[in-house]
This record gives sequence, structure tokens and C-alpha cells, in this order.
Amino acid sequence: MLPELGHFALILALLLAALQAFFGIAGPAFARDRWTSAVIPAVAGQFVMIGTAMACLIASFVSNDFSVLYIAENSNSALPLFYRVTALWGAHEGSLLLWIFLLAAWTVAVAFGSGRLPRRFSARVLGVLGVVSLGFLLFILATSNPFLRLDPAAPDGRDLNPLLQDVGLAIHPPILYTGYVGFAVAFAFACAAMLEGKMDQYWARWTRPWTTSAWAFLTVGISLGSWWSYYELGWGGYWFWDPVENASFMPWLVGTALIHSLAVTDKRGLFKSWTLLLAILAFSLSLLGTFLVRSGLLQSVHSFAADPTRGIFILAFLIIMVGGSLSLYAWRAPLLKSQAGFEFGARESFLLFNNILLVIAAATVFGGEMAPLISDALGLGGVSVGPQYFNPTFALSMIPLLALLAIGVHAGWKRGRVGDSKQMLLVTLGVSVVIGLAVVYVIYSNGKLLTPVGAILAVWIIVTSFVDPIDRLRRKLSLSRSVLGMTVAHIGLGVFVLSVTAVESFTVERDVAMGVNDKAALGGFEFRFQGVRGEEGPNYDGVVGSVVVTRGGAPVTVMSPAKRNYWVTRSDTTEAAIEMHGGSNVLVALGESLGAGKWSIRFQVRPLVNFIWLGAGIMALGAGLAASDRRYRVARAQEAAVPASAPGANPAAQPTR
Amino acid sequence: MKIGKFLIPLGAFVLLAIVLAIGIKHSPEKGVIASPFIGKAAPQFSLPDLSQPTKSITTADLKGRWYAVNFFGSWCYACRQEHPTLMEVSRSRVLPIIGFDWKEQADSANEQDDLGRAFLNQLGNPYTLVLADRDGRTAINYGVTGAPETYLVNPEGVIVYKLTGQITKEIWEKEFVARVQGKPDKS
Amino acid sequence: MVGQAVNRARVVLLVLLLATSPCALAVDSVTLADPAQQARYLALTHEIRCVVCQGESIADSNADLAADFRRQVREMLIAGKSDQEVRDYMVARYGESILYKPPFNVRTAWLWLAPGILLIVGAIVAVRIQRQRAALVDQDNEPLEEDVRS
Repeated sequence: MLPELGHFALILALLLAALQAFFGIAGPAFARDRWTSAVIPAVAGQFVMIGTAMACLIASFVSNDFSVLYIAENSNSALPLFYRVTALWGAHEGSLLLWIFLLAAWTVAVAFGSGRLPRRFSARVLGVLGVVSLGFLLFILATSNPFLRLDPAAPDGRDLNPLLQDVGLAIHPPILYTGYVGFAVAFAFACAAMLEGKMDQYWARWTRPWTTSAWAFLTVGISLGSWWSYYELGWGGYWFWDPVENASFMPWLVGTALIHSLAVTDKRGLFKSWTLLLAILAFSLSLLGTFLVRSGLLQSVHSFAADPTRGIFILAFLIIMVGGSLSLYAWRAPLLKSQAGFEFGARESFLLFNNILLVIAAATVFGGEMAPLISDALGLGGVSVGPQYFNPTFALSMIPLLALLAIGVHAGWKRGRVGDSKQMLLVTLGVSVVIGLAVVYVIYSNGKLLTPVGAILAVWIIVTSFVDPIDRLRRKLSLSRSVLGMTVAHIGLGVFVLSVTAVESFTVERDVAMGVNDKAALGGFEFRFQGVRGEEGPNYDGVVGSVVVTRGGAPVTVMSPAKRNYWVTRSDTTEAAIEMHGGSNVLVALGESLGAGKWSIRFQVRPLVNFIWLGAGIMALGAGLAASDRRYRVARAQEAAVPASAPGANPAAQPTR
Repeated sequence: MKIGKFLIPLGAFVLLAIVLAIGIKHSPEKGVIASPFIGKAAPQFSLPDLSQPTKSITTADLKGRWYAVNFFGSWCYACRQEHPTLMEVSRSRVLPIIGFDWKEQADSANEQDDLGRAFLNQLGNPYTLVLADRDGRTAINYGVTGAPETYLVNPEGVIVYKLTGQITKEIWEKEFVARVQGKPDKS
Repeated sequence: MVGQAVNRARVVLLVLLLATSPCALAVDSVTLADPAQQARYLALTHEIRCVVCQGESIADSNADLAADFRRQVREMLIAGKSDQEVRDYMVARYGESILYKPPFNVRTAWLWLAPGILLIVGAIVAVRIQRQRAALVDQDNEPLEEDVRS
């Protein structure tokens, strides 16, 4: 009963999405106000229907309804309740349901958070979001229906992949998707402007908070994924340049460029068509990412089960959405010109360089990601692209970016000149060099060429980020949330870069075969193996090892690495023991049993690794602060008093029709 | 160049869409690595004969006629599935099939060979000769990525075809027999 | 007493079960004596793809074949082969896609040259736009917001 209800709800959602798309676009286009006002009810209805479908699927999971194929494939009666719920997004069909649910949630937020936007403009935005939703609902109902029945019902399920039976699965996909899907809002704002044929002077200001919040979610989502793979996969890596990771990283890079470009468009009315293009690109990369991980085109430990028919469908959808919006862009963008200017060394200069470098970085990742496919399509034979390619090429564009950030973060708009702050820059650089070299050579030792470079740049960014706010506070000026947010976000970036530099330079690792009471030493710690004992979990059996850790003879802790064998899937996971001591993470993981009580054990000491995710979290916090700035709400109230088409409005922002 | 430069993104996307479409078309072959050995000499080996482990067979012993090399193992589920087909096509006696018993899991060489022999006793022996690749070095030398894999070697000792995965009658006829019988257009 | 025996038996059984699945963590039980060689070994095993487990290097893969590959690398290093010889050995048998670092040849030149070329193009674009905008500054009399610095 419940699955049928859920299925029916999805069909209704499809109809409502179609109505939303139609009324949202045709209403303003034909000046039919009755249609335009029907959009918001459609949005609400769609959200309710999709929510109902989610609820039905959750209820079916919880009640162990193995007559539903998706549940039979991904759950099991022995699976703890928590994972039975999170298993919903553990595989393809359910994750798509999560996708459209989050899209519906964003749409509702936009609908009710844009009360003071011009009616027709916001209707267009919602209409475009309706088109996206329509496409995904069609895809789900046609090829990836989570409510398909299994007849006769399975006696029990195939169980959730053990790697996913972890709290990471509960939070990483929902937050990641919230970010991914959130770029659809920026995309919709961009399409609405293009459909309108003009860019309102407040367009950027309306778009900014939505884009910045989506970016914040994506930042957190990606770092959660990194953290999760770090402790779950067992070998202490946090980023593999894996195709699925790249698929989320590319929209992030373009999204970062977008939020900076929006700032310029907001403040100076510049880069308008470029900002539109970035908004299209960011969401297009989200869609591309969604496509790539499910189409069977990429080989990855993360990818969903491959199915070329689904691949064809998504490709068609991609062609319509991306091809359509880029055509709209080619048609409308030439109209957007601005006569504003800026000196070399003004803030706009630095944001220009920021954008160019970020887009180059995204293009580099894209090239590496697509290289196997391109090589194959051109008949050039197979090629694989891994960290040995991505690391140097990514660093190539990022190192200049970091340096420019430190220099440019307090440049003035329009006429700001670097020369004005020369003294401050040299002082901060000097301080950073001292601190950076101290970190590299005093606290730790040995390092590669890039180690001092990375450390110095990271510290410089942090130090210069403080200059502006301290200066403002000294002059008794107010510190708006957007300035504070920007500062916090940049500091977060500095923390992130410093951590990555430390981790990449100073990690030490050893694999040792150990019997009971054997000792090993690494990174200043001593380890003594005490053997393993058995343990039994709700749906697995395991062995738990015991390793005594000391530093300089003084006891530090006892660590318990484990290996588990899950009954149903008969596959294992390695549960590495990870603890933070003195700023470094100590990782101990069980490898293979070598017989006679001996085990191969991996030891790893990674300095500052937790600060990688902390840094990312600080970045997201900064973004959240910035997005909540009152400026964005004040603008709408002002705007409501001045009709958008009033003559004498900002000539730089209103192009001639 | 007014409208021109704004069309670049669309143009780039069209190219991407083409690459993706080709990718989807080729995707059934994903994961199969094309062998670099096609057209090159079969790697040398010297391996014990499973039926007489004290005796070693080398590549030189096999030169001068067509033969197929089939890597299998008793641990390999897909090998069990392809085995009846191998039995059937071997009866036609078009060319000898040499079996390589690959990486049996046991503590001693004898036990490894026992596993291979038990497999053949149970399912039948389609092979003219069975060799034991106990440590897997020969398999790596041949660029084996898994079992079952089958190579076709010509009388000059050159590998002319490699099949990754289970053999079927159609593939046997089309790829192996056709080449042995000198049918045209096979390279 | 019985409990202990049962526990030990369970551990033994588990250990057997746990030995069988590929594509999980791989931990070597052998480390090369010479630290420089060990470092080369680690670098090389991270460069070579596991053909059984998608998207993992042989350093990370638990597959049996990956262990064989690692043994091969180890033996070649001990025998004094250079890094390039190890790579060539693998490529000769498995093709170029066995390495995570694409080679630099006619077929892959575009991939390696692209980032550098993009940077040059980016620099040219930046200069162009900057010049264009700098020329407009004096005629641009738009007032800026009070909040000049943000």
C-alpha cells in the first residue's frame, strides 16, 4: 500500500512540476497574471507530494518491506534502524529521490523567501526550477523508480553495503546534495534574467545569499566525504582525485568563482554576462557530475551501478538544460554591457584574477576527469589519470591564487592601488615567512620544496585577512556580516592550506608484521601489539586488536583497530583506530592475519589532518555569516519602493533593449 | 566577433556531448584493458606440467602450431561457467587448448596442484596440456587481469587475439576458428 | 574456560573469512630494508592501477592480483631496476592505462600542456580586460556605496 502511495505521489509531483514550469515561464512571457500566481501553489504542492513519497519510502524501509525491489537490494532485517533509514539514499534510485526532495525544499525556500522580488521575475525563477524538477521526475519514473515491486517478495534483503553502514552516510549525501542542488537556484536566477532579456540592478544582490549558502553546504558536504573516507576506508587518505570526488569538486571551484564574480556584479555592475555564464556552468557541472557517476562511464569505488540506458536519458536531459541555457546565454548576454572601470590593483583586478585562476583549475580537473573518455572517443587508446597528474597541475593554478588572495583581500574598489598598502603587505609577508619557516623547520623537520611555500602562503592569508577588520574596528566603523563572513572564510582557507601542506609533507607511515608483544615505532610514538579478540555486532562479526601507544615511554592510549565481516553481504570493512594526540592523528589499522597470531598492521601519523576539515568548516561558517547579511534583505525593501523599470535608474546596470 | 564569442560555451558543450555519447556507446567494454600483446610474441614461460609436476614445458615446446592459452582456477566462478563450452569446443579438435592453472590457494605446491586436478576431474579436462602457474608470475607476464582469459597464439609464436571473460561458441567460431582457418579480414 | 575457547575459535573462523574479500585495505607485511627503496616502492605502488578493483592503486587494493603486482615491483627494485624500468614493464603488459600518471607522448600531450597553455591564455585575457577597464576609470563617475571596502 505505502509503495503505491509513494509512487502515486511521485506521479502527482510530476504533474505539479510540469504546471510549475509552464505557469512560471509562460505566465510572465505572455503577461498572464493568473498563470503567474498559480506558480507558488504548484511549488508547495510539489514539495508536499515529494515529501510524501520520501515518507512512504522511509516507512517501507523501517518496516522491512522486502516486496519493494529497492529495499530488498539495499536493506536487511538485521540492519540497525538508523541505517535502515539512511539506506534510503545508499543507492541510485533513492539518492535521486533525495535529490529531488532537496530541490523541492530549495524551491519552497526561494518561493517563500522572495516575497519582495518582482512577481514576474520570481515566477520565472520558480518556473526554471520546475523544469529541472520535471526532468528529474521523468527520469525517476521512467528508469529509476524506487517503488518497483518484487514479486514474489524477498524473504530478506541483500543488506546495505557495509562501507555505508556508518554515520558518514547519514550526513554526507544529504548535505552534499543540498549544496549541489542549491546551485540550481543560481542557475534559475540566471535563466530568469536571460528570459527577461535584462539584468535588474539588484539581480546580483538577490542571487548572492542563495549562491553563498549553496556553496557553504557544498563545502561542508565535500569535506564530510573526505573525512568519512579517511576514517572508514582505513588507509588514511583524504582525497584521491577519484572521478566521483572530482565531480563534486568542479562545481565547487566554479561556485567559488561565482560567489566572487557576483560580488563584483553586485558592487560595480561589472562582469554581468560572465556571472551569468558561471551560474550556468556551476549547475551544469552539478548535472554533469550526477550523470557521470551513474552512467557507467567512469570507473570508481564510489560510482553507482552502471546502466547505459540511464546514461542516455541523463545525457538527453543535460543537452536540453545545458544546451538550452547556453543558447539563451549566446542570445541574451551580448546585451549586457557595462561602462564601469577599475584600476590595476583595485579589488576588481584581484577578483578578475581569482576568477580566471579558479576557472583554469576547474578546467584542469575537468580535463583530467574527461581524459580517459576523450582519449577513447578519439581512438587514442586508454589512459588513466590520477593524483600524480592532478596534484601538480592543480597546484600550478592554485599557488598564484593564494598569493594574490593575500595581497588583494584589502584592496579598495575601483581605484585601490597595491602601492598604497605596500608597507603593510611587506610587514605581513615578513611575519608570515617567520611563522611559516618556524612551522616547517622547528616544529617539524624535513619537507619538500613546496612545504615552506604552502606554509608561508597559508599564514600570510590568515594574517592579511585580519588587517581589514582590525583596521575598521580601530576606526570605530561597523563590521558588517558580509565583511566578517569574508574574513572568516578566508581564514578558513588559510587553515585548510596550512593543514594540507603539513599533512602532505610530514605524514609518516609504516606497515609492519607483528605478533603479540611485538613493538614498532613511528613519528615519535611507540606501539605494542597485544593481539586480537573476537566481537559480535548487530549484523556483523569482527576481530578487535589492541595496541598500546606510548610516547617517550609515557603511556598515551590503547587503540582498538577492528575488522568486521558482515553476514549478509559477506564482505569486510576495516575499522581503523584513529585518535588525535598533540595535533597529529595516529592511525592504526589491521591488515591481514599472517597466521600464528601475527598480523600485518598499518601505522600512520598525520600531523594537523583534522584541521583540514576544520578549515573547510570555517570556510562554510564564513559563507553562512556572509549570506545572512541584512544588506540582502534591505535591498528588496528598497527595490519594492522603486519599480524595476523606472527611468533614470542605474544606467550602468540597465542595458538598452 | 560580437555574437561569436558568446557562442563558444555552447560550441564547447556540443563537443562534450559528443564525447559523452560516444562514451555511452562504448561503455559495455569499460574496464576491459586492450592487450598490448596483439601482434607481439607470446611471452616465454617454463612451467610444470600439472599431470607430471617434475616435467617442465616451455614456449619452445609449443611453437610450430596454433594453440590457445586459457587461464583458469578452481576458485574462479566464471571459469566453472565457461568450462562446459571449453569441453565442447575442444572436442572439435581445431586447435589445442593449453590450460594454465592460475594461483590456486593452498599452502604447498602439491596442494595447489591437487586443487587444479580436482577441478578438472570434477568438470572434465578440455586441455591438451595443463600447466601450473602457482605464483602468478607468468600470468602477470601475459598481462592477465582476471580469470578466465584466453589467448590465441599462431605457429610463429605471436599472440593474435585475446579474450577477457568467458568464452562462448560464437566467439570461438568467430575469433579463434576463423583465424586458425585463415579466413580473411582478421588482423 | 569454555568461553575463552569459543572466543578463540570464533576469532580463527573470522580471520579465515576476513582473508577473502578484495578491494578493501591492503597492508603489506614486508618492508624493504633500504628506506630510499621503500620510498620508491611506495611511490610506484601508488602509481600503478589495480586492474581488479576499480579506481584503486595496487598500494591500496587488497586484491590477490594487486599483491602479485606489488611483489613484482618489490623484486624489480631489489634487483636494481630503475623506476622507469618498473613502469615500462607494467605498461608493456597492460597498456598505458595501468599507470595513474599519464605518459607524455603524442596522444597525451594535450593533457599535460593544457594547464600551462590555459594559464598563458588566462594571463592574456586578464591583461586585455584590465587595460580595457582601466581606460574607463576616468569617465566612470558612478558613485560607489559608502561601504567602500566591502
